[in-house]
Amino acid sequence: MVQRIERDQSRFREIVRGRIRQNLRQYVTHGEMIGRKGRELVSIPIPQLDLPHFRFGKNGSGGVGQGDGEEGDQVMPGDANGQGEGHAGNQPGQHLVEVEVSLEELAAILGDELELPRIEPKGQANINELKSKYTGIRRAGPESLRHFKRTYKEALRRQIASKSYNRERPLVVPINEDKRYRAWKTIEQPQANAAIVYMMDVSGSMTDEQKQIVRTEAFWIDTWLRSQYQGVEIRYVIHDAAAKEVDEETFYHTRESGGTRISSAYKLCGEILEADYPASEWNVYCFHFSDGDNWGEDNETCLNLLRSKLLPEINLFCYGQVESPYGSGEFIRALRSGFKEDEEKLVLSEIRNKEAIFESIKTFLGKGK
Amino acid sequence: MGLHRFEPLPADLAALQVEIEGHARRYGLDFFATIFEVVDSNQLNEVAAYGGFPVRFPHWRFGMEYEQLSKGYTYGLQKIYELVINNDPCYAYLMKSNALADQKLVMAHVYGHCDFFKNNYWFSQTNRKMMDQMANHGQRIRWHMDRNGVDDVENFIDACLSIDDLIDIHSPFIKRHAPVERPKPAGDTDEDAPRQPGRFRAKGYLDRFVNPPEAMAAEAERLRGEQARHEARFPSKPTRDVMLFLLEHAPLKAWQLDILAMLRDEAYYFAPQAQTKIMNEGWASYWHSTIMTRQGLTGQEVVNYADHHSGTMATSPGRLNPYKLGIELFRDIEERWNTGRFGRDYDECDDLTAKRRWDTGVNLGREKIFEVRRIHNDLTFIDEFLTLDFCRRYKLFSFGYNPDSTAYEIESREFPAIKERLLFSLTNRGRPLIAVREANYKNRGELFLEHDYSGVELQMDYARDTLVNLQRLWRRPVHIESVLDGKLAVLSYDGTEHNLEHSKTPADLATA
Repeated sequence: MVQRIERDQSRFREIVRGRIRQNLRQYVTHGEMIGRKGRELVSIPIPQLDLPHFRFGKNGSGGVGQGDGEEGDQVMPGDANGQGEGHAGNQPGQHLVEVEVSLEELAAILGDELELPRIEPKGQANINELKSKYTGIRRAGPESLRHFKRTYKEALRRQIASKSYNRERPLVVPINEDKRYRAWKTIEQPQANAAIVYMMDVSGSMTDEQKQIVRTEAFWIDTWLRSQYQGVEIRYVIHDAAAKEVDEETFYHTRESGGTRISSAYKLCGEILEADYPASEWNVYCFHFSDGDNWGEDNETCLNLLRSKLLPEINLFCYGQVESPYGSGEFIRALRSGFKEDEEKLVLSEIRNKEAIFESIKTFLGKGK
Repeated sequence: MGLHRFEPLPADLAALQVEIEGHARRYGLDFFATIFEVVDSNQLNEVAAYGGFPVRFPHWRFGMEYEQLSKGYTYGLQKIYELVINNDPCYAYLMKSNALADQKLVMAHVYGHCDFFKNNYWFSQTNRKMMDQMANHGQRIRWHMDRNGVDDVENFIDACLSIDDLIDIHSPFIKRHAPVERPKPAGDTDEDAPRQPGRFRAKGYLDRFVNPPEAMAAEAERLRGEQARHEARFPSKPTRDVMLFLLEHAPLKAWQLDILAMLRDEAYYFAPQAQTKIMNEGWASYWHSTIMTRQGLTGQEVVNYADHHSGTMATSPGRLNPYKLGIELFRDIEERWNTGRFGRDYDECDDLTAKRRWDTGVNLGREKIFEVRRIHNDLTFIDEFLTLDFCRRYKLFSFGYNPDSTAYEIESREFPAIKERLLFSLTNRGRPLIAVREANYKNRGELFLEHDYSGVELQMDYARDTLVNLQRLWRRPVHIESVLDGKLAVLSYDGTEHNLEHSKTPADLATA
């Protein structure tokens, strides 16, 4: 049979891609994706994919059902996006179809749309990754890897040889020495790896809204870098006056009070890199988000750390200054005057609000480093 | 190109078909020749995405449906058991991986559908060579795509599909159009004379007080004006077949007209299936259960059969299972007509004990259900045969949307309320009744639709986008009058923006 459906299916996917592209800025900005993050696929709502018809709204609608229950008992939840409908207005339709897209495809769309250059991994950064591959059979192993067919054959062979096989009652029972297991070999595979270190200012002046911006931006940065490298490792550092390494959950949910000393984070970052991600083997990306309110005398320390320790070792250092209700600090100006335009590895971006995330990602990743 | 695209029926299934077909015929089922195709799950999902047809016009929506079906199948959420096409011969699909007991059940079920297709009145006007016609449509639309570009054609199809429910489901049975409309000479008939204002009866000397001449003159003037407006109106009567109206009057290119006409044919072909869902599934289920339990099953298949039959009949609170409702209603009718529980004597009997024991032994049940399957559609079926006893026995209730809790809640277990809800949901296949009222609105060639409001408002976001598609077909501003927030309202789209006007009374609009 001719697989006609394949053409319609790819046409459908093409349309989905187009709609995602149209609405990308909105998806990026509202961080809708993060909550929906599954393993490989994200389920995203695509507006107006459904063919619209004149149809009944919810108010006054209903039907007939069957079963037990009293008047007033709930039989079905009304879905959430039905709220507020029936009101006048000029907004386009809200009818949505949920579509599953792989993160990889999403990254590709993001890359196209932001005109992000493909990253050229550093030459010496190709290290050999160890990978297991099933290659043969052996006599010992875990039960979960038992090769049923080979085991059966061995048992059959043994029973026939020992004349315990009965043609009338063909019962084959394997004993221990019949058992065969899949065997694996570890092979080396060259791989380009990347490490990301996220640093965030969690001093009192960074509010939840700023952290949400950081989180959204970090999600897209992750997605893009993962599409460029086979292996990506991510570390998280938070700081106020002192820095510490934390897990992802803590990273986004910690709030401290007190002063800010950015250099503490840069110092810790340098230590992490030194210990685990030598420049010869890793493509390293550092992202630092802060409202830029640093202790005055600390700025010089930061510049020194960047100049001497971090920048020589890494692919890219991105500083995002998130505007907070308390205004935005001086740090970005210090960096600008400290490095001028000549330092290619340092990228600065001011993120005023959620809407600025899109451009900021472009600024950060647009260099193709 | 033969229609047989799949594997020929293997011997065991072929034998099964002969057996089941024999049982079906002996019960008096009457069907077109039926061809079973064996397919794997992918093929079945593909065919299902195309509405049962192996060849259809190309469109992304089928791709979307296929993805949804395959995903549902992969995750074990849904599985298509049977798929039958109303065609002569009937085509039906059997899933390769099904156990033999399942195939039997499917075959018996399919023969029920085939009998229904052939004999139910509402299917009588459908094209029985639809398999060929669908393939032709596909061919022609591909041809249009080659000449006019895939995007343009696909966008046009999108617009057409968006209004493919704006058809008049009764029109295949009623002549709506006068063959040719010729203007009649003026004054030829009474109809053309200006209508006279109604006079109140009064004694002669009171007449000029009861019917004051000035008021009569003003009224006569008003009537003349109304009549003039009415005559100037085009179409002269609201027409529900919006697709046909566009075919006849929209400024479309030849290829666009061709596509619109094809999609309209397809819409009419599918309409009776939506009109008879409960009956059709009920009838097929009635027959699979009758054939399987009396003849079809071997001892070892019983458990398997029972499992799948009960799965098909499963009910959940928020949804009425058409299979279950249908089969139980047919059984109820059979029982009532077997025992004589119908007609005046039974209805007028006040003695509950006598009623409970009522059995005149007339045994008309089988005959009656065959008659019912010939004449009715879901709407008339429910209207005629849903009884208070039945509602109680099967614990039916009506539910409605509660905006406060933003959920659907049980409203009532009263029989009239349940019946009303059910009938409403079956009227016009559960879609709003919409007609073209004016094609020259404001004397500017704008299209004016009216929604025959019956208590449930339109969903606005859908309405807005449907208007956009309608405007693409009509090329001039389009309007729809409906009720919004309890007030009459006109939603408009002029090609660039939407507009919504509330008006207090219908009269405001009449003079607009």
